[in-house]
Amino acid sequence: MEWEAVIGLEIHAQLATRSKIFSAASTAYGAPPNTQACAVDLGLPGVLPVLNAEAVRMAVKFGLATHSNIARRSVFARKNYFYPDLPKGYQISQYELPIVYDGWLDIELDEGETKRIGITRAHLEEDAGKSLHDAFEDMTGIDLNRAGTPLLEIVSEPDLRSAREAVAYMKKLHALVRYLEICDGNMQEGSFRCDANVSVRRRGEHRFGTRTEIKNVNSFRFVERAINYEIERQIDILESGGAVVQETRLYDSARDETRSMRTKEEANDYRYFPEPDLLPLVLDDAWIEEVGQTLPELPDAKKARFVDDYGLSPYDAGVLTATRELADYYEAVVAACGGTAKLAANWVMGELSGALNKAGLEIGASPVTAEALGGLLRRIEDNTISGKIAKQVFEAMWAGEGDADQIIDQRGLRQITDPAAIEAMIREVMEANPKQVEQYRAGQEKLFGFFVGQVMKASRGKANPAQVNAALKQLLAGD
Amino acid sequence: MHDLSAAELAAGLRKGDFTSQELTRHFLDRIGRLDERLNSFITVTADQALAEAAAADRRLAAGEGGPLTGIPYAHKDIFCTDGVRTSCGSRMLDDFIAPYDATVTERLRAAGAVMLGKTNMDEFAMGSSNETSYYGPVRNPWDTDRVPGGSSGGSAAAVAAGLAPLATGTDTGGSIRQPAALCGITGIKPTYGRVSRWGMIAFASSLDQGGAMARSAEDCALLLQAMAGFDPRDSTSAERPVDDYLAALARPLEGLRVGLPREYFGEGLDPRMAGVVEAAVGVLEGLGAQRVEISLPNMELSVPTYYIVAPAECSSNLSRYDGVRFGYRCQDPVDLEDLYKRSRGEGFGAEVKRRIMIGTYALSAGYYDAYYLKAQQVRQLIVEDFRRAFESVDLVLGPTSPTPAFRLGEKVDDPVTMYLSDIYTIGVNLAGLPGMSVPAGFIDGLPAGVQLIGNYFDEARLLNVAHRYQQATDWHRRTPEGFA
Repeated sequence: MEWEAVIGLEIHAQLATRSKIFSAASTAYGAPPNTQACAVDLGLPGVLPVLNAEAVRMAVKFGLATHSNIARRSVFARKNYFYPDLPKGYQISQYELPIVYDGWLDIELDEGETKRIGITRAHLEEDAGKSLHDAFEDMTGIDLNRAGTPLLEIVSEPDLRSAREAVAYMKKLHALVRYLEICDGNMQEGSFRCDANVSVRRRGEHRFGTRTEIKNVNSFRFVERAINYEIERQIDILESGGAVVQETRLYDSARDETRSMRTKEEANDYRYFPEPDLLPLVLDDAWIEEVGQTLPELPDAKKARFVDDYGLSPYDAGVLTATRELADYYEAVVAACGGTAKLAANWVMGELSGALNKAGLEIGASPVTAEALGGLLRRIEDNTISGKIAKQVFEAMWAGEGDADQIIDQRGLRQITDPAAIEAMIREVMEANPKQVEQYRAGQEKLFGFFVGQVMKASRGKANPAQVNAALKQLLAGD
Repeated sequence: MHDLSAAELAAGLRKGDFTSQELTRHFLDRIGRLDERLNSFITVTADQALAEAAAADRRLAAGEGGPLTGIPYAHKDIFCTDGVRTSCGSRMLDDFIAPYDATVTERLRAAGAVMLGKTNMDEFAMGSSNETSYYGPVRNPWDTDRVPGGSSGGSAAAVAAGLAPLATGTDTGGSIRQPAALCGITGIKPTYGRVSRWGMIAFASSLDQGGAMARSAEDCALLLQAMAGFDPRDSTSAERPVDDYLAALARPLEGLRVGLPREYFGEGLDPRMAGVVEAAVGVLEGLGAQRVEISLPNMELSVPTYYIVAPAECSSNLSRYDGVRFGYRCQDPVDLEDLYKRSRGEGFGAEVKRRIMIGTYALSAGYYDAYYLKAQQVRQLIVEDFRRAFESVDLVLGPTSPTPAFRLGEKVDDPVTMYLSDIYTIGVNLAGLPGMSVPAGFIDGLPAGVQLIGNYFDEARLLNVAHRYQQATDWHRRTPEGFA
């Protein structure tokens, strides 16, 4: 029997505002515990929330970038539950009337097809603090620095059919929020987290199976593994005649499995009701349009332009537009080298990406700037060095030895293009290898490669290979 | 000095008849001598008051300051006061020293008013008799066996007994107007959004509103003028200028249309109370007003509506008192659940717990539509009733409470009867309108008040009508025996 997975994701993107969503406290990450929590964040008696306009602007940007509707009137609601890191005993969120609803995002599948994934809604809410269970013996520490940090919770339709689709969607969203500069996307710090709703059904069935929700998975790899584990687990249950229990599960990355956290019966009744301390959020068309004008070029548009303007393959264009930083870097390289966009693409995706991966660096931290790389490529273009030598130069640039021209000069790597010099080298090689010359002239033409190698060796790789080829052919022919 | 109005005290300070320090000492002395009979203060801030008075005297000597500079006042213990215990009448906050000032506190401080102390109140403002306070009941100065009303009972009793010329109050369902009526003083709850709620400990956020209590409308105008105004820290605060209340006081009442809602004079109203209201209308007619009979058909739904909305909001607002960060924490909790249950079980009193349970129930899955949502719909009907009424009248008049002050303990075990004592006042909170109670007579030696209800942001007119009425009557000048 064939099974089909049905997956929907809820993604929490931490909005990159400087202050919190309802208070003036800083949102900076990594401060000592409880140094960035003001009276409002602590939920002291008598305090009131005031909505951060920048968080609203960011949510609207997201809505516009995902072809969503922007609610002209949205309402904040209280989600009530007790937990020590939730200072007020309720979280201010949006419930019945979210700020963003009914949008979509196209994802690319492996076969080069695209698939449209519906976005049900995206709503604004505040984050809770953190409970530190390991910091004190027999006690739990509470750090409220994160309490009140603005989140955009992005809920997809159950349109995803495999873990790979889910990851593709998540990566696309991740790139998008970073393009929009509304979220730093830092998954280690929890700026971009995912809950996955997973169910399975027999192929052809239209009704959904019972779903489980996997909470708080914070890497692409873990999302893929957690979903795959969960799909297998549910299929096993169903195939052995059991029933899936609706519940919340946690993914344990060390054991690569999901575990039950609480069942539906144990679930909190959140007792949502409209937040009486905040007025409904009313947005007018003019303001939304003004926000729309601040949208940057989005990934799909940029990719299409890279194909059209630079003549790149859709695959290369996709790789180079995966992040705004990489795309910007690439375009700066093209501008600096003044040469072919394809050569620049090969270098950025090849040598540069390889070196960055090896060093575990992001593009923004590359020791070789786009301008410097462009300078190197210019020297390939104008035949100052060969592509092979360029790799040596790049390594030296990476090591901080200077720009391409400095390194080429210091190391004497300039390509030899003087015909007389090349002829002299060839003659020397021929004189040193009379036997091979004789054999070549007797018809053993495959020895040609041997001569090229010897000449290049004699020039220490610097001789222009095309010139060497042409001259060798002539001289060996014995004119 | 305690029989002078705040306006007269301000004049006396400027003329040099007395200093603010003398005035402050006089009131502190009265509190020291008389308050053991009333229990109207939870905390008396004598040293701080004298320091503030000295500062006020310096400002006055330099020709600076405004009409409240150097005038003492009593502050309801629901407003946060930086460095001073702010208990909200609860064991839960018995040790809570507020680390910041409420906007109202800040404004009164800036105006140079001198805070004498923090007044007693029903726990978290939940009550109509001041019997739910952790600090014990407040007694009514007109008869110390009777309640002063609630929840601003400490403020009302303190003003009535001449322990403070002015007091702040808050009103969620009648908590300024009802104790003002029961203690024979004047109190105004302004339009929702007129006074900032920042730093005013929340009971029911969509209903809570701070206001002024004093012997006269003129003094209420003086105090409210300093309290009111837009505050960016309260998103529900109204961004519109505040009228000049004092300037409007003397306006004539010719042609004023006074609406008398049929529903306010039906069953349950003490006939003697009806007589008091009738007499007050007669006085206003004599001043040129005309009576218009009106109907508020959904008024009878206001009590059940209120007892869904207010507990629902309170159940959420009071969740923060969990023993984790501040406030009461039980001894030696064994685990988190135990910490929550015992801290809240021991820290809150019976009435607060009752309302948290009602509210939690009303918001629960499966009940939300039948209770909370329905209540919000009825609330709209009540708003609509008043909107229609104000098409044909300038203000609505009726009793403030069905009876004068009842005996301590009389209703404390019968919450429904207790809740019904708010029947005339809570519709005003549900609609967000301004309301006022004005002393208008006595029943068996106990004060009775009439309630004036205005249209949105029409505080100036309420104060104006009350002031003209008080120029024609002297009910507000009577003082209880033993507190002369």
